Amino acid sequence: MTWRSPLAVVRDALRGQRARDKDLRNLVSNLPYEGLDKAKQPNRYFPSNAIKTTKYTLLLFIPMNLYEQFHRWANIYFVGLAILNFVPVVNAFQPEVALIPICVILSLTALKDAWEDFRRYQSDRKLNNTPCFIYSRKEKQYIDRRWKDVRVGDFVKVLCNEIIPADLLLMHTSDPNGVCHIETANLDGETNLKQRKVVPGLCNSDSEFDPESFSGIVVCEKPNNNLNHFKCYVEKPDKEKVGAGIESLLLRGCTVRNTDHAVGFVVYAGHETKSMLNNNGPRYKRSKLERKLNTDVIFCVILLLSMCLVGAVGHFLWLQALPGVPPYLVPDSNGHLDSPSLSGFYMFFTMIILLQVLIPISLYVSIELVKIGQIFFITNDIDLYDEETDSRMQCKALNITEDLGQIEYIFSDKTGTLTENKMVFRRCSIMGTEYPHKENAVRLAVLDEPETEEEVIFNQRPRPPQTGWSLNAEDTIPEDRQHRHGSRRKSKVSGNAQSDVAFSSPLETEVIPDRKLLQQISRPECSGGASRQTDPYLDFFLALAICNTVMVSMATAQRRRVSWFSRSCQTNTPLDTVSNLVKKAGSLRHIFTSWQRKPKQNRTLSEDSVIEEDHFNPPVKTEGTGDTNGLQTCTLHALSRYNRPAATSDNLSYEAESPDEAALVHAAKAYGFILLGRTPDSVTVRLPSGEELVFEVLDTLAFDSNRKRMSVLVRHPITREYVLYTKGADYAIMELLGTPYAEHLSGSQKNIAADTQHHLDCYAKEGLRTLCFTKKVVSDKAYESWLVNRKSALAAIDNREELIMDSAVQLETNLSLLGATGIEDRLQESVPDTIVALREAGIQVWVLTGDKPETAVNIGYACRLLEEEDLVINMSCENKLTCTSILDCTLEEVRRYSQDPRNVDTTPDISLVIDGRTLTMALSSDLQDRFVELARRCRSVLCCRVTPLQKSRVVKAIREKLKVMTLAVGDGANDVNMIQAADIGVGISGQEGMQAVMASDFAISRFKHLKKLLLVHGHWCYTRLANMIIYFFYKNVAYVNLLFWYQFFCGFSGTAMIDYWLMIFFNLFFTSVPPIMFGIMDKDVSAEMLLGVPELYRTGRGAGEYKRSTFWVSMLDAFYQSLVCFFIPYLAYQDSDIDVFTFGTPLNTISLFTILLHLSIEIKAWTVVHWLTMLGSVAVFFIVTLAYSATCITCNPPSNPYWILQSQMADPMFYLICIITTVVALLPRYMFHVLRNSIAPSPLMQARHLDRLDPYSRDQWIKEWRSFRGGGCVKRSRLSTPPSPTLETPADIYPQSSTTSDIMGDEFTLNVITENSQRPRHTRNNDSLAT
Amino acid sequence: MVKQEKASANRPDNTAFTQQRLPAWQPMLSAGIVIPGFVLIGLAFIGIGVALFVTSRGIQVLEIDYTGVEQNSPCFPCTDQNRKNCVCDVNFSIDTLFQGPVFFYYGLSNYFQNYRKYGVSKDDYQLSGDLSYFKAPSSTCSPYEYDKNNKPIVPCGSVANSMFNDTFKLFQIVNGAKKQVSLDGKGIAWWTDYNIKYRNPSVTPLKNAFNGTVKPLFWSKPAYELDLSDPANNGFINQDFLVWMRRAALPNFRKLYRRITDGDYAQGLPAGNYTLEVSYNYPVLSFGGRKKVVFSNVSWMGGKNEFLGIAYLVIGSMCVFMSIVMLIVYAKFKFPEED
Repeated sequence: MTWRSPLAVVRDALRGQRARDKDLRNLVSNLPYEGLDKAKQPNRYFPSNAIKTTKYTLLLFIPMNLYEQFHRWANIYFVGLAILNFVPVVNAFQPEVALIPICVILSLTALKDAWEDFRRYQSDRKLNNTPCFIYSRKEKQYIDRRWKDVRVGDFVKVLCNEIIPADLLLMHTSDPNGVCHIETANLDGETNLKQRKVVPGLCNSDSEFDPESFSGIVVCEKPNNNLNHFKCYVEKPDKEKVGAGIESLLLRGCTVRNTDHAVGFVVYAGHETKSMLNNNGPRYKRSKLERKLNTDVIFCVILLLSMCLVGAVGHFLWLQALPGVPPYLVPDSNGHLDSPSLSGFYMFFTMIILLQVLIPISLYVSIELVKIGQIFFITNDIDLYDEETDSRMQCKALNITEDLGQIEYIFSDKTGTLTENKMVFRRCSIMGTEYPHKENAVRLAVLDEPETEEEVIFNQRPRPPQTGWSLNAEDTIPEDRQHRHGSRRKSKVSGNAQSDVAFSSPLETEVIPDRKLLQQISRPECSGGASRQTDPYLDFFLALAICNTVMVSMATAQRRRVSWFSRSCQTNTPLDTVSNLVKKAGSLRHIFTSWQRKPKQNRTLSEDSVIEEDHFNPPVKTEGTGDTNGLQTCTLHALSRYNRPAATSDNLSYEAESPDEAALVHAAKAYGFILLGRTPDSVTVRLPSGEELVFEVLDTLAFDSNRKRMSVLVRHPITREYVLYTKGADYAIMELLGTPYAEHLSGSQKNIAADTQHHLDCYAKEGLRTLCFTKKVVSDKAYESWLVNRKSALAAIDNREELIMDSAVQLETNLSLLGATGIEDRLQESVPDTIVALREAGIQVWVLTGDKPETAVNIGYACRLLEEEDLVINMSCENKLTCTSILDCTLEEVRRYSQDPRNVDTTPDISLVIDGRTLTMALSSDLQDRFVELARRCRSVLCCRVTPLQKSRVVKAIREKLKVMTLAVGDGANDVNMIQAADIGVGISGQEGMQAVMASDFAISRFKHLKKLLLVHGHWCYTRLANMIIYFFYKNVAYVNLLFWYQFFCGFSGTAMIDYWLMIFFNLFFTSVPPIMFGIMDKDVSAEMLLGVPELYRTGRGAGEYKRSTFWVSMLDAFYQSLVCFFIPYLAYQDSDIDVFTFGTPLNTISLFTILLHLSIEIKAWTVVHWLTMLGSVAVFFIVTLAYSATCITCNPPSNPYWILQSQMADPMFYLICIITTVVALLPRYMFHVLRNSIAPSPLMQARHLDRLDPYSRDQWIKEWRSFRGGGCVKRSRLSTPPSPTLETPADIYPQSSTTSDIMGDEFTLNVITENSQRPRHTRNNDSLAT
Repeated sequence: MVKQEKASANRPDNTAFTQQRLPAWQPMLSAGIVIPGFVLIGLAFIGIGVALFVTSRGIQVLEIDYTGVEQNSPCFPCTDQNRKNCVCDVNFSIDTLFQGPVFFYYGLSNYFQNYRKYGVSKDDYQLSGDLSYFKAPSSTCSPYEYDKNNKPIVPCGSVANSMFNDTFKLFQIVNGAKKQVSLDGKGIAWWTDYNIKYRNPSVTPLKNAFNGTVKPLFWSKPAYELDLSDPANNGFINQDFLVWMRRAALPNFRKLYRRITDGDYAQGLPAGNYTLEVSYNYPVLSFGGRKKVVFSNVSWMGGKNEFLGIAYLVIGSMCVFMSIVMLIVYAKFKFPEED
């Protein structure tokens, strides 16, 4: 290293700073500069790829850690006290001893921090030393280096299945199309492959990429943490700019898949990579209890100060009252005595030292220990374990467990949270004709209700086809069966392993085509190819297959996590060839669907050979069995016909970013339109005829939440037309419709849009998710002109998103409607049950969804958020004025309604449905109060069409206005805002990646887990911690007060009658373990009771156990007990020759017993651990004290504990005093408990009584009690009742009029809807409000 | 099967402990279980209380205040600060035999031996016979560390300095003649103090150890001459000194002075008239203190204290009473579990 002047170094550093701070960075290749010293490197200002996540360095550990620890005010307080000990005037006996507790606590924390830091250091080192390939000019090849050697400007080669070392701009891949697949599971948990493209135009992919030839400048933005966004362009030597975005960026931490190798240019390294910038530490939240606790600590401080004041004043008065100078007053070295007032002043500080234990130093440490223990139990709960995903409950926030017991409002996402987010294709409407897919519904019903075995069994021998269109495929069946079986087996595997392919449970993948529709599509096909290009059915299915971003991967190229369950024995059985294995989604039950009509035989066989398949013969909802069966056969035959030429198609597996897309592709596949492959430039689709079409993909206009649609622009391989397929939300599409499709079709052309809209409304009412499909043929000229715009938009750095969106909007006009689909999102297991239980627990449940109101309301009924007899208020308005008036009169109505005496006992609950636009207005600052007031009176609220931001605003508004504890639960990226806004955020690790989980405090895998998490763990954690904290305060006050009372008998001189070491031990060892164990393990009511009677949750809410009054009552009790513990021995030893420490020893023993027995009154359930800690504490006390008094002869002046306990224990009086004092001290509390439990037992108490019954009679009791309350047994009501065959069924739960007026009307309407005709009054309300 | 296990690697252990299903005893604090318990506890307490009370009743105590506050009291003249070596006779009579062994205490009131700074003011190492602390006593002894001539004080500190120095002689008046009651001064201090905690330096004669030191300011005799009659009872293991050094817990206290265990009085003090010859040295009036002598015999429960017996009786009967109350509660409210 050559010497450089410091000035140069400074200059360099400044320049580096500037370079880093610039908005845009210019990066060049390092290769021309290879071998030059560092000062000449162009990219020297950017950090290297070595990372350091450790907080401390070896040398600075102690000061830095201490600095960090002193951010806690409690620690400062304790250190301040310790320092006070060293001030001479306070006359502390042994200042050094006072340091022990704080040192123990500080060093324990430091040890923990050091250990964590060491772990980080190790993982850093491992990461930094991971090998990678960097191109070297000298060697003319990629040489093996380490991650830490990677610098910005290097060329790095990544092989398949390797982890990417830094953020790389993709330059070259082994793929001829310049595509590289990456898996981002390490980053966001999403397991589907993402596709990255080489920056276009930099090199030709045919030849091997030569890094040395790269001479452009990469201009990119400053590093940021947005994982889905990146802006950059490459300026070639000829000044041509090539834009590149996130689609060309390989992110550090991702894994390269399905690509042999890829070469990238390092744009960000080390801490500037997106993954590192996203890597935030754990979140720190303060629980409500802890906030309250802090105020109580302040009370304790006040108490301490006033006690010290009493001591100081008492000392002053005592000195004042002395007539002369007694021999026991010790003058200073000059023989002078301080004036009484000065002595009193000093005494104040002495008292602080003496009574400092009043502020529980160990409380904070104990709370942390307790929380660790509680989290251990929560995460180990087997009921919160999900077998399917093999995931436990995760606690991300370590310090808010007790808040789980305090929740008053739950805000839930719908999709993926209440529902499984497993999309099932249910219905479609093409060109205004509805195809209900009855057979598919039957199949789903079968999947859904495997329990009811006694019903008619769905075992059907293949019959000759009843309809003429299908080939008799008797000879093809075995082959076909094999295929089907194979695919099913595969999907079962994927369902089990969960991690391999997203969205591919059999539920989703298998669609049974509608017979009518099949006939429709087969007809034109038979009629010849001429009409094919304009056939709407063909276009519809092409749109289904093409208009998406679904990736196709061959089963042979399965990713590593796919675990093929080898079940060779099973496959070989004859049974297997005749049976279809269908896995029921959401549970582990597998169903065999056999074709053969040999139920008995099958059954026995299956039971012998297959272990887990209990439900061998699935039942079927049999409306018209014969028909169904016939259809089924037809279907299968049809399929077989399609499948035959496409034997390989079963090996396809689709990887979609959203489950809807996968469902649609699978639906298209069922009709024979099979998506075979997708590259950035082309899509291959096989038609039912077996013909394979390769569409050139000209552009993909990706989905965004503003447009609410996506489009794919392809070039038709036959007609060479530019065709734009668009799919999107109905309201986003309907506005853009232009010419109706193919006017030349039959003259009976109806208004397709209106019909489709009608179908869409019906779908929505059924709770289906709707999508519209359109087609547009773009003329060559229009395309050319559009392309120019598009290119400039893509290359732009500023406003790029806007420009891209504008260009998309530009093209998506004048669309022709093809049809619409209805996709079902099925409710998760036990969702209604959970919601009912949560509501019984007194928690208000809100559902915030982006769906349409109709869909949301329907789901609301299905999950029992809304009940049939509920009064549903629907708010939807266009402008603020109407919104205000609606709010006002609804509020008035609701108030009147709830005050109405007639409603006292019959009160149906009020529910509110509000849409996003109205919500925005209602949440504006002037209406917020009224809205919150209204919402408060509603039992449940459903917010539809809300954006992520609105979700968090709702949560914030409720949380702040009503001052309630809120919990938000969601599974997707759109719930992150809400999850972060709530007091507790719960993430569901579902199908949509891990963003929600990352942002959450607790992560669960199923919505139903929320029930046990809140009702049981929440309740336990809260009561345990609350009781422990109260106990801790009590314990310290009770003990310290002994010293305080003694001050009245020693002239307020600050004497302690207990040996100092024993005092410290008392808190540190003798009485610390039982309360911690109490906080971790005590169980007031059993889990079964808490789950059976959710009302018990209410007891913990609000203030629950930890009320201010409870705190003061236990303070008073502490005072009383300390009085007893002091004065009974005092009176007993009065006028005797007892000496100071002999007097203190029984006091210490008594308070040990009192404090421990006090705890044992509070302990609700004694397990072995309880006994061990309790008896252990007593044993430790005696052993330590005896050992200490036997060995300490002159060790601890001025106290002389030598042999004191021994001599006391030889004295019967000691025992007699201990017994009576303990009994008297605990009698009031004991009596209070006894009387309360006998006279007015709390609900918890009653529950505990029930707990003692045997399980059977307890369940009986709960059942009786439930039915008495009219709750009834919660049945699992499903959304997936087979839909009625036609859509003509009146939507009786949601009057048609209101629907249309809500959606379409520009006038506001307010509907107070009731379903029950028995309540005509509501209808009147409705009228009065509507007019 | 291996695969299966692997697939559920995250599965929590299904043990009673991790699932919080450990068998537990759930005590119920309801009247039904409590009543019999209370009755039993109450009866036991009453039993103990009666025993304590009876024992305490059997203990005889005789307290005589000799401070001399009143003009007519025999020691009044001695309260004059200027009188040295004042001796006063305190007469008292005993009606019945004072059961032996009789313990002879002196008592001080309003005397705060538990005063914080006072308690610190001693040097345990010096008192354990460490000669280096003879030359340089611990600073805790300040200001009774060095005298004006900067000579170390042994034993140093306020506690030693303020040692009680009244002495007593007890005479029975038998037919007008004084018959001295022999007082036993052995073994009145704690065994551990005498044998372990406090040690004289192993220098013979003991006097040499104290060379270069001065006696505490308040003392009239040096430590090695505290008991001229018994050479073994000198220095730091002088029984009176040990008794004094064990600081009293409360401001009104008594300390054992002698026991009357031998000779004619081994069975106790017979009825009759007695004279206590007090050599009055210790000033207490300046701070409102009182001095007294106490004769008492002891039982297994120590000295006379009626409080504990009464407490046991009261609490015992309260327990019984409460169980009756609870019985009424029981009758009125029934038990919840019987609903």
